[in-house]
Amino acid sequence: MRKILVTLYDNYVAPRFDLTTEVFIMSIRNDSYPEDEKTLVLPQASVEKLCHLIITEGIETVICGGIEEEYYKYLKWKKVNIIDSVIGTLDTVIKKFMEKSLKEGDILINS
Amino acid sequence: MNIIHSSIIITKLFNSQVLFPSIIDEIPMGILVLNLNREIMLMNSAMEALTGFVQHEVFRVPCAYIVRCNICLEKCPFLSIKEGFSSICLEGDIINKERQKFPVRLTFAPIRNINGKGVGFIECIEDIRAFKALESNTVEPYSFGHIIGRSPQMERLFKILPSIAESDSSVLITGETGTGKDFIAETIHNLSQRAKEPFIKINCGALPETLLESELFGHNKGAFTGAFENKPGRFKLAHNGTIYLTEIGDLPINLQVKLLTFLDDKIIYPLGSTKGLPVNVRIIAATHRNLEQMVRDDKFREDLLFRLNVVRLHLFPLRNREGDTRLLMDHFFNSYTKQFKKTIKGFSDKASKILLNYEYPGNIRELKNIIEYAINICHDNHIEAEHLPAYLTENRIKIDEKKQTPLVIPSPTNNETLEWSSIEHKMIIDALLKARGRKNKAAEILGWGRSTLWRKIKYYGINS
Repeated sequence: MRKILVTLYDNYVAPRFDLTTEVFIMSIRNDSYPEDEKTLVLPQASVEKLCHLIITEGIETVICGGIEEEYYKYLKWKKVNIIDSVIGTLDTVIKKFMEKSLKEGDILINS
Repeated sequence: MNIIHSSIIITKLFNSQVLFPSIIDEIPMGILVLNLNREIMLMNSAMEALTGFVQHEVFRVPCAYIVRCNICLEKCPFLSIKEGFSSICLEGDIINKERQKFPVRLTFAPIRNINGKGVGFIECIEDIRAFKALESNTVEPYSFGHIIGRSPQMERLFKILPSIAESDSSVLITGETGTGKDFIAETIHNLSQRAKEPFIKINCGALPETLLESELFGHNKGAFTGAFENKPGRFKLAHNGTIYLTEIGDLPINLQVKLLTFLDDKIIYPLGSTKGLPVNVRIIAATHRNLEQMVRDDKFREDLLFRLNVVRLHLFPLRNREGDTRLLMDHFFNSYTKQFKKTIKGFSDKASKILLNYEYPGNIRELKNIIEYAINICHDNHIEAEHLPAYLTENRIKIDEKKQTPLVIPSPTNNETLEWSSIEHKMIIDALLKARGRKNKAAEILGWGRSTLWRKIKYYGINS
């Protein structure tokens, strides 16, 4: 079972990791079948608490917008895969991720 | 679907056609041109360097996803656009594609068509990392901006100044002449988000009433004889910045009404105009007068006082700022010896004693002038008593003269007038009674240092 976390701002990937107040978490079995989905609303934007959540939830991949180098390196050190600077709606991003073609810096608006 | 850069042409400004992007690319500040949906239509090279995104990939992408600024996500100024909205300057931070987070100054402004209708927005972003680094390097001990002091009163002031600057509330600064009201006002402006915008000082006591109204609010052509053209008032010039109204106590009563109206509506009406002009300014006012007393005497409007008195800062006179006289003496001594290229080593014991015991009715300004005078006069190794202005050695006579013409303050309990010395005497007695004779506690109640209290007790001959 793999867990994916997407930082959210309305229905889009949140532009800033540190200002995220909502996250989408999805569990995937057998590389393709989404088994469980949930959206969490965080009490406030806190980058430390978000990193803690990512670690305790056992997230394998984080999809986000802009993230500071410090937290990027920390999560990498914790063996979390990060696809950052992604712009697009949740659905588009998840679809592209499932197709295994989502990469850093992808802009999936007006494409 | 991308915009063709070669199609954005300026045709009538020059003899031949010029590409608009080629002009904005030369500006060393990030620029974004947005449509009304806040989608990016154009981006200059400096913005590409700042954000790490390139023009062709960001066309029609909402700006918040590219700029990634905290302001865009928390309080996008374009979301609260009102009629007559003009430019706004704010400070925030962005995270670029290289995962660097840094401070920026953003200016948001509308773009209007020839009929005045809004058609889009322009956003300018300036990297202020260098300024911030410089700010942190220029911190001097016992100082805050241009203000110097280490007395408990000044330390309290230094603690609250940053939070006052951050807020956008009106500030009323009171204090005797020469206590540094102007410096405080300027420091508040420089620390605020309006720092890059104008700081305009108006001395309400310096201009005649008729001129003052035109100076403050401006006038339209033909409003009065001699008004040959439109003139923007100081309020309009200070748009997005700070207006500093010094000597507010001298503001004529009918202008007080106009100022009051402005504080309520944030709209100015130039002389001869029926059309209001929305203006976004922060007001800082200062006076050496007792405004509460002026309200009681019907010389100042109570409602204006309430509106200005949102944040009140009182600057203590130098004689009550324990330890600051010595600090300021040394500060002015160092700066003037450097300025006048003198090799004076310091003050003699006698000169120091005179300077430390003087009461300084003109406060810091007076001390500064005394030191400047002494350094000019002195050709010895040390500043001696004879290098000081003669009136300092006649200090005792001065105090006696002051007693003959006392500073009268109406007592809140009865209408008798009292001398300051007797009020101070009473304050000391009250504080000592409250503190049950403990001088440390009494000094704390009075906001003085222990040695100041001891000196005053000795001066008034109070027996414990």
